[in-house]
Amino acid sequence: MAIQAQPLTEGKPIRDLRRGPANFQTRRVRSNVMLGLVYVAVAATLIPLLAVLTWVFVQGLPALNVDFFTKLPGPADDPHQGVANSIVGTVQLLGIASLISVPLGVGAGIYIAEFGGSRYNTLLRFATDVLSGVPSITIGVFVYALVVLPMRSFSMLAGGIALALVMLPILIRTTEEMLRLVPGAVREAALALGAPMWKTIMRYALPAALPGIVTGGLLAMARAAGETAPLLFTALGNNQWNTGITQPVDALTLKVFFYAGQPYEIWRRESWGGAVVLTLMILITSILARLATRRRAGR
Amino acid sequence: MAVMSTPGRLPAQATGRGATGDPAFRRVALILATSVIIVVIAMLINMTWESRESLNQFGLGFLVGQVWDPVHLVFGALPFIYGTVITSLIALLLAGFVGLGTAIFLAEIAPGWIRTPLSFLVELLAAIPSVVYGVWGIFILGPFLKSNVVPGLKATLGGTPFFQGAFYGQSILTASLVLTIMVLPIVAAISRDVILTVPASQREAMIGLGATRWEVISRAVLPYARTGILGALILGLGRALGETMAVTMLIGNRGQITPSLLKAGDTLASVLANQFAEAQAGLQRSSLVELALILLVISLAVNAVARLLVARAGQAQGAGRI
Repeated sequence: MAIQAQPLTEGKPIRDLRRGPANFQTRRVRSNVMLGLVYVAVAATLIPLLAVLTWVFVQGLPALNVDFFTKLPGPADDPHQGVANSIVGTVQLLGIASLISVPLGVGAGIYIAEFGGSRYNTLLRFATDVLSGVPSITIGVFVYALVVLPMRSFSMLAGGIALALVMLPILIRTTEEMLRLVPGAVREAALALGAPMWKTIMRYALPAALPGIVTGGLLAMARAAGETAPLLFTALGNNQWNTGITQPVDALTLKVFFYAGQPYEIWRRESWGGAVVLTLMILITSILARLATRRRAGR
Repeated sequence: MAVMSTPGRLPAQATGRGATGDPAFRRVALILATSVIIVVIAMLINMTWESRESLNQFGLGFLVGQVWDPVHLVFGALPFIYGTVITSLIALLLAGFVGLGTAIFLAEIAPGWIRTPLSFLVELLAAIPSVVYGVWGIFILGPFLKSNVVPGLKATLGGTPFFQGAFYGQSILTASLVLTIMVLPIVAAISRDVILTVPASQREAMIGLGATRWEVISRAVLPYARTGILGALILGLGRALGETMAVTMLIGNRGQITPSLLKAGDTLASVLANQFAEAQAGLQRSSLVELALILLVISLAVNAVARLLVARAGQAQGAGRI
């Protein structure tokens, strides 16, 4: 959402500096004190961040071993267990979510960027904003009522639809913004050569915007992979390999959540392991996205 | 309307060969785009419908009912509304000051070489999954507060009603603090963007008048950017209100109204996360859906207000008024 600064009034005088303490020395001291507080604020932002990252790596990395990635969950006294089914489940859920949200999101982004009256576009953007601001747990409740109740079963399909709704607004926004960055001259050149509009968009405008859209799509997937709340009563969780799209499926975030509340050391360790995998995934995606945008910006 | 050279937009009509496919293409794109509106409307309708039993049974009294008793089928939302509001307000208060300070640093003070990596770190903070914060809160922050912070709080402020009772790690305080960390990056990142749009001439004018560095910030930069900063705070509020996993893992999950921050509470989102999957069909599930509906309506309202503010800021700019 673009937020713009406001200009000062014309004609309204800037506040008289003499209204503050007249003594320059006092003003300078006050300035330094306030700037000092700014540094305190920066520290108060950075310390929790570093604390979270440090502890996640310190506690989580030792939990990662071959068992973690290859074995199924087991009873609390089994030292050789893992969360392989959860990792596969997360990938499956992301696959379904992408299958649904990418066509919808890219199509909607194309419409907003390339067609559409300004009034309808305002409405579409508002709906997109609303959807991205909807608490993810309410998406879970919605999909439960929409998919789980009629099917009478928690399922991979329901989880995938829930994650698709998480990804959709991000994809729409990215597609729209990236298409707007493609110069109008590209379209005009194609049209001047006799290409129809759909070909102009699909063959020339969209490919030019594609790297940005892919980056946005990756970020959307990373965001969806980190979601837990929409999966609680859609995908539900599962301690076995998933057997089909209509069956419950596990996700890494669900395992992290359930294991964190358990009193057993082995499950807590698995929970930290899941947390570090999720954090690494976010870290890597963010860095890749940043590198990609920087390369585009530098060109 | 200009037909040529409108950047990033097509001319209204194309007439080349194969243009017969255009109306169809346009229609398909329109249908895909409209799906967003359909989803939002379907959400509202569907959740109102699913909560009809509770709406009929309790009416508006649901909002002020203080009892949540699945055994006797009496349901009221007030403890959860209270928990949601109190945790969000504490988080917004703390994150507002800290986030604004960080934004000022990033936009006004930090040298270029530190600005980019620091901005990246702050944005990373926003991207870390909620459940990871939850794990960190349970195993690290909770025990840390218990052994290092709460004894001090009780020694100094123990007389006030805000710090009464035993502290077990999971509490309104713990949830609010982690919520603060999660809201911070939103407030900081958006405020930074807004502050960066303040024209240099505003700063130069203040410096020309002999202002100190802080006076430049507090009297030229911040007043200019205040609408945007308010928008950033409201977006942060929206995130705090709907945040589920970290709060569920840290708030202790007891639907009670207590002034003590050291006690357990529950929020709209956390009670959903805990009870919805096992809820009995009928009045209990219906009441839970109504909680979700309340949450949805609040987040819609918060979003609309943020948008209105932005629109007003844009208009004011056009008219040259604040």
